[in-house]
Amino acid sequence: MYPAAFEYHAPASIQETLGLLGRLGDDAKLLAGGHSLVPMMKLRLARPKHVIDLRKVPGLAGVREEGGSIVIGAMTTHWQVESSPLLCEKCPILSDTASVIGDPQVRNLGTIGGSLAHADPAADIPATAIALGAEFVCEGPKGRRTVKVDEWFQGLMQTALHEDEILVEIRFPAWPAGSGGAYMKFPHPASRFAVVGVAAMVTLDGKGACTKAGVGVTGAGTKAVRAKGVEAGIVGKTLDQATIEGAAQNAADGVDVQADLQGSVEYKQHLCRVFARRAIEAAVKRARG
Amino acid sequence: MKLPVKMTINGQTYSHEVEPRLLLVHYIREVVGLTGTHIGCDTSQCGACTILMNGQAVKACTLFTVQADGAEFTTIEGMAKDGDLHPIQQGFWEKHGLQCGFCTPGMILAAYQILERYPNPTEEQIRHQLEGNLCRCTGYHNIVKAIQWAAEHMQGAAAKK
Repeated sequence: MYPAAFEYHAPASIQETLGLLGRLGDDAKLLAGGHSLVPMMKLRLARPKHVIDLRKVPGLAGVREEGGSIVIGAMTTHWQVESSPLLCEKCPILSDTASVIGDPQVRNLGTIGGSLAHADPAADIPATAIALGAEFVCEGPKGRRTVKVDEWFQGLMQTALHEDEILVEIRFPAWPAGSGGAYMKFPHPASRFAVVGVAAMVTLDGKGACTKAGVGVTGAGTKAVRAKGVEAGIVGKTLDQATIEGAAQNAADGVDVQADLQGSVEYKQHLCRVFARRAIEAAVKRARG
Repeated sequence: MKLPVKMTINGQTYSHEVEPRLLLVHYIREVVGLTGTHIGCDTSQCGACTILMNGQAVKACTLFTVQADGAEFTTIEGMAKDGDLHPIQQGFWEKHGLQCGFCTPGMILAAYQILERYPNPTEEQIRHQLEGNLCRCTGYHNIVKAIQWAAEHMQGAAAKK
């Protein structure tokens, strides 16, 4: 398959990238790992006149800890997230989520920032970003600004990132001691995309009561969303089986579930509930240590 | 407008001018002339086009050649040395890890990465790490056995050193 012809740019700095974006406007697309954009270009679902490859821009990849938060550069690959000793120790839900994205070849090139900026409705990492309460650091001609995850996903492949901005890094605030999280998905058998995926983070106090929770749902609708009904059903409660099952019943509330070849609305709503229960159960197990 | 690219494939340096939209798999097959890297699904799923880019398994159908400028590649043609099959290739021979053989080059390079990352892999690890490679003949059973065979023999060879 041949994509439509385009002009290729490989800027060597963020400033140069912003200059190109300013000049080329919506004729340009940013290329990170290329594992969403290139397939779309091959199918000619995307035909940008200009492709701006970020591979030569320094300082966009890497995982670090900063004042308790985990900071991941936008160009960090899924494999780097999956295999990062820091993340495996401090934020295993992130490395676990990365480890089930696509397949090993996709994870070697696909990036966390690319996935979050592309906002495919069936991508995995958005659910976990919601559960953890991620913040997105964007740089544009007027400097940097931070966007909270609840404002980030705005619709089908639409985010709060402006056309003249690039996503620089994603910050994951630290969760208190006694926290645990898990991401569970029903993968499409060929593409491994999430037909439905649910990420859950919980914090338990000394008596086993849940003091804080974050639950994100991806795959079912046009964008990843926070399952507020599930969170409300577990915060302040002791997480026994009945409470978890009861809260998980709300997992499809607020999701604009789409019927497609993979399943009906009812089927996907059911998957949301089942995978919410499984994710919370696994998160509680981890929080208990 | 064509752009210059330079890369190393199986230890040999290649320089050409290419259109930005030329996919790496087409470059390798049609410009360089190494046809062991196959095009299967052409939609980043089947893994028949898997090659090693700077030591990591990637799908050559999902990269523009211009993105690969300066990189180092190994394709199936670079696996055997001086006429001796690589232990992974030998494993596919010993355990009958193929039927039609179309997926085999990609499988072998995916297996190379598995054994680099997990020198002593469990069956579950092998199967999870093969998710990017589809085979329509074997049911994967003998492919898994072939990789296990290679793991044992590569460990044995490493121990002898």
